[in-house]
Amino acid sequence: MISVRTLCKRHGARSVLENVSAEVAKGETIAIVGPSGGGKSTLLRCMNYLESFDKGSVKIAGFELRPGMVAGKDARTLRAMRSRVGMVFQQFNLFPHLSAIDNITLAPRVVKRTLKGKSETRALELLAKVGLRDRAGAFPHELSGGQQQRVAIARALAQEPDVLLFDEPTSALDPEMRDDVMEVIRDLAKGGMTMLVVTHEMQFAHDIASRVWVIDKGTIAEDGPPSQVVDDPQTAVAKEFFARLRSAKH
Amino acid sequence: MTRGLALVIALAIGCGSSADPQGQTLAGVKQRGEITWGADIQGGEPFVYENPQNRSELLGFEVDIMNAIARRLGVKARMVQYAWSNLVPSLERGDFDVVMNGLESTAERRDRILLSEPYFVYAETLTVRAGDPARSIFELSGKRVGTLNQTFAHDILLLTKGIEPKVYEGNEEPYRDLELGRTDAVLLDNIIADRYGCNQKTLYCVPYDVARGTYVIGMRKGDTELKAAIDAALVAMRKDGELEQILRKAKLWDDRQAVQEAGPGVKRAVNSFDGDMFLQFLAAAWVTLQLSVIAFLIAVPLGMLLAVARVYGGLPVRAIARLYIEVFRGTPVLLQLFVLYYGLASYVNLGPMQAAIIGLGLNYAAYEAEVYRGALLAIPRGQGEAARALGLSPLQTLWHVMIPQALRIALPPMTNDFVSLLKDSSLVSVITVIELTKRMTIAAVDLRGWLVPGLACAAFYLVLSFPLSELARRLERRLARDQRPHTL
Repeated sequence: MISVRTLCKRHGARSVLENVSAEVAKGETIAIVGPSGGGKSTLLRCMNYLESFDKGSVKIAGFELRPGMVAGKDARTLRAMRSRVGMVFQQFNLFPHLSAIDNITLAPRVVKRTLKGKSETRALELLAKVGLRDRAGAFPHELSGGQQQRVAIARALAQEPDVLLFDEPTSALDPEMRDDVMEVIRDLAKGGMTMLVVTHEMQFAHDIASRVWVIDKGTIAEDGPPSQVVDDPQTAVAKEFFARLRSAKH
Repeated sequence: MTRGLALVIALAIGCGSSADPQGQTLAGVKQRGEITWGADIQGGEPFVYENPQNRSELLGFEVDIMNAIARRLGVKARMVQYAWSNLVPSLERGDFDVVMNGLESTAERRDRILLSEPYFVYAETLTVRAGDPARSIFELSGKRVGTLNQTFAHDILLLTKGIEPKVYEGNEEPYRDLELGRTDAVLLDNIIADRYGCNQKTLYCVPYDVARGTYVIGMRKGDTELKAAIDAALVAMRKDGELEQILRKAKLWDDRQAVQEAGPGVKRAVNSFDGDMFLQFLAAAWVTLQLSVIAFLIAVPLGMLLAVARVYGGLPVRAIARLYIEVFRGTPVLLQLFVLYYGLASYVNLGPMQAAIIGLGLNYAAYEAEVYRGALLAIPRGQGEAARALGLSPLQTLWHVMIPQALRIALPPMTNDFVSLLKDSSLVSVITVIELTKRMTIAAVDLRGWLVPGLACAAFYLVLSFPLSELARRLERRLARDQRPHTL
């Protein structure tokens, strides 16, 4: 489903991603963890080309992303790719001028030209799935953070994507709201959705993810099932990272 | 007692008016050794105008006549520049001693101020396009006839049934519009017609005088001593030939000057603010509203286009948008209206209403563009990213995500701009559109006072602007539901 090959990205003189290569199979849920500034979000954002890269390639949902894609034909490829790859942001980024249901139906109607009635039926199904069937007409400012994030997940699902990218989906939420959002992501994982989730949630990495990547200094320091990476980390950075998460928890 | 009080108040306010006590202007003139006279050099040659070789020197037959009068009074004369339509009110306020600037002797003027003996006899001259068979104003029923505001010719047109007068502020524009077919005839004094109309090949001046009248010097009520002195000087100048000499020098001497007759004395009744006038104000308010709304409907999309060009465009597009904004924001609307209506007349012949709407629309687009630019930049970065991540194209992102949010943010300044446009629309009276403010100035002449029409005009503007700001307030509440004020 996803194949990353020798990905390199620099910010001026600083190297943000250094020769990152990785494979993700269909139905996998990857937890991407690691210290701040290590390149987690950048790697995720390269997956749908919200950020470009300098070398290497990303194959995702049947599209190949290369350095320097911009105007013309590339732009069309990028748009086609993005409707196969959903993204959920830390700050939700719902459109404040649209109700929950209109946030969800915007892309299907505008990008895929789905009929209004059809896209709304689907949006209501998705809202039911994230437990917000009764808030379809609510505007973002009328919803709690957790509710907004669940609408954002429904919005990302509305185009029936092959892959979902989550950029710290619960970091901006109060603890009691995180569980609702986590519950939705857990259900998606059970349903076989391919997902990459940048997170600081220990529990998520341990219980939901099928694989964990520890990213530090622009490289994948460890890559393996949670039982291996979380419970028995090998590298110093992973050991220190999980130790700090555990102590923060208690 | 009252006079003393007025003097005290004048001194207390320090309004600096050089006005002499009522009726004492002649004594004041003698004491100061100077007589000041109000005129407008925009009236141009041959009345009062700047010497093209030496801009500080004034020429014109009125300058010569006034200098001669002053010499006979044993004082110096000094011209004071005022807008022509404000000359009489300024005289009454005491800004200068007399008015002399093509001031026609009319009965209603005589009711208001003192008028001297005539110093010039003029003829109202009808000008039509060459080939037009009309030879008198009575053949122009249903036609548009241009003239200047507050003139005897204007009075004649108002009294002639079926004619639609079009009122101008400058001497040249009525003839220009006649050539362009925007009007069907012009009625103005022969002095003006000779210089601006009759010399055009495409125009024809009807050789029979529509009416004759006289130019006189205006003085404040009560200045009977000054009037006696000036009349004596004028009579003496007529007798000893100095007047003829001055008029001959200006090539203004004709047979009419030999005949010493007064004007025909057409008198328009002093109106009161009645139902008819209310309807006129209502019609003018409708014009103002139409102008403002349609101009704004041009300004909003054009402004948004410019803002988008400035924020998201490539370098050349950005530069063009920037240039547009700087030019339209950096030059007066008045100038833009003149260029649009008169300057471009030979390329695009716009009607006054069209030109007014387009001019205001283009001008306000520049202001709106900057408001929208600020609003676009205020939208959080995540909004664009979310739209891109959903696969929206740049145009779709603009249309469905950025522009609706920018408009929400821009709503308060837009309301501000619209109310401001409503009032700025009064500027279009320079291109002959009669809107609310113009109607007010016309009514002020009819009513011999500014207070009542001024208050009526203000009331109409408020009646127009208040519902609009109320509408905007509701719209804001509906659209910007989440934009509640932060607690300080």
